[in-house]
Amino acid sequence: MIALLTRDLRLAIRAGGGFGLGLAFFLIVVVLVPFGVGPETGLLAKIAPGILWLGALLACLLSLDRIFALDWEDGSLDLLATSPLPMEGIVTIKALAHWITTGLPLVLATPLFGLLLSLPSGAYGPMILSLLIGTPALSVIGTFGAALTVGLKRGGLLLSLLVLPLYVPTLIFGAEMARRAAEGLDGTTPALMLAGISFGAMALLPFASAAVLRINLR
Amino acid sequence: MNLNALWEYANPLKFMRTTERVLPYVTALAVVFFVGGLVWGFFFTPDDYRQGSTVKIFYIHVPAAMMAINIWAMMLITSLVWIVRRHHVSALAARAAAPIGATMTLIALITGAIWGQPMWGTWWAWDPRLTSFLILFLFYLGYMALWAAIENDDTAADLTSVLCLVGSVFAILSRYAVNFWNQGLHQGASLSLDKEENVADVFWYPALVCIAGFMLLFVALVIIRTNTEIRARRMRALLARERLGA
Repeated sequence: MIALLTRDLRLAIRAGGGFGLGLAFFLIVVVLVPFGVGPETGLLAKIAPGILWLGALLACLLSLDRIFALDWEDGSLDLLATSPLPMEGIVTIKALAHWITTGLPLVLATPLFGLLLSLPSGAYGPMILSLLIGTPALSVIGTFGAALTVGLKRGGLLLSLLVLPLYVPTLIFGAEMARRAAEGLDGTTPALMLAGISFGAMALLPFASAAVLRINLR
Repeated sequence: MNLNALWEYANPLKFMRTTERVLPYVTALAVVFFVGGLVWGFFFTPDDYRQGSTVKIFYIHVPAAMMAINIWAMMLITSLVWIVRRHHVSALAARAAAPIGATMTLIALITGAIWGQPMWGTWWAWDPRLTSFLILFLFYLGYMALWAAIENDDTAADLTSVLCLVGSVFAILSRYAVNFWNQGLHQGASLSLDKEENVADVFWYPALVCIAGFMLLFVALVIIRTNTEIRARRMRALLARERLGA
């Protein structure tokens, strides 16, 4: 399992692996927003948590089809499927690798991007925390979507249509947690709900993803 | 009652024979209830004292909204049957139901918007009920798109079934998440059985007839669409066999 993880990470970091692409996309979204809504600090501060969450979500979405597509094309996914590793384990590792290469950099870059959007100073901690809790759910749910569409030629658009509705609860609680913090309110309830969704998705969805992947490899 | 006898109808031939026999009756009943309920509701009930005649859109809005949810539940059950027992009719029925469900969701959203404009002063508000219906509509779209995208029929049935199961969990999650996210403008349930604030009886009875009409209409449409799909599959199989023989 660890070998698979290091292999995936190495492949992602190498040139052409798409590492950092999500981060660059996130940066562009954050830069474009003030052009769209105007540079007024008060307004930006008000919408900053939502924009950061949306940017993270879209950056995550952008890199989803890479989770299985390359392994599917060169046949290594079939090899993995015949290996002694259970499919659930493979799927979990894939999701973890996606989170480390996409979700974690987003979390780490959030303070900088928060600065660009004049996020209120008290909100930095909860904002980062909400993304830290929420992005694993995005990765796990996205892995399910990627497994569903792995065999399709033009799966990219379909993937977003399938995955985005599944992201709704995560986005609501994550953005709500950050928004409450930005307004100086207590965000414990949405934080707990977000953690619940995240852990629930991590525990249960790999089974669905593995089942779907088995069907696609049949 | 012997429940096992039910599974006999999983045989496509038997399913088609039986459904073709009941289809004319179901269709006739659907027309009677549908037209009857709407005419009763539109012309023979009084206007509401505050809402005027706008209240009459209720006879389309409420049944459509009910069916939007019920059809998803039916798809969930048929998907489960497909996964567990692998009866093709079941998967095809789920596939046949999806566009009808999406249409019902759209009807509920549009009639709601038409009613909301004079009553709430807005076509759309990010109210929990409205939002969760919009999300439900997106789920229907994704489900249908996945069916359309995959060429192998059995693979498509498998994948959409799993999507339906996972989607159901997330649809319910979203339903309660949006409740948390925003306060509602929409009134409470109008037809629940145990509430005092239900609509008055004059509106209640024609509404019940309309709901029965919508349900029968749905059953008739599902039967037609499922049988069409079974025939289309047979035709494809025959054509393939002919090509091999020639």
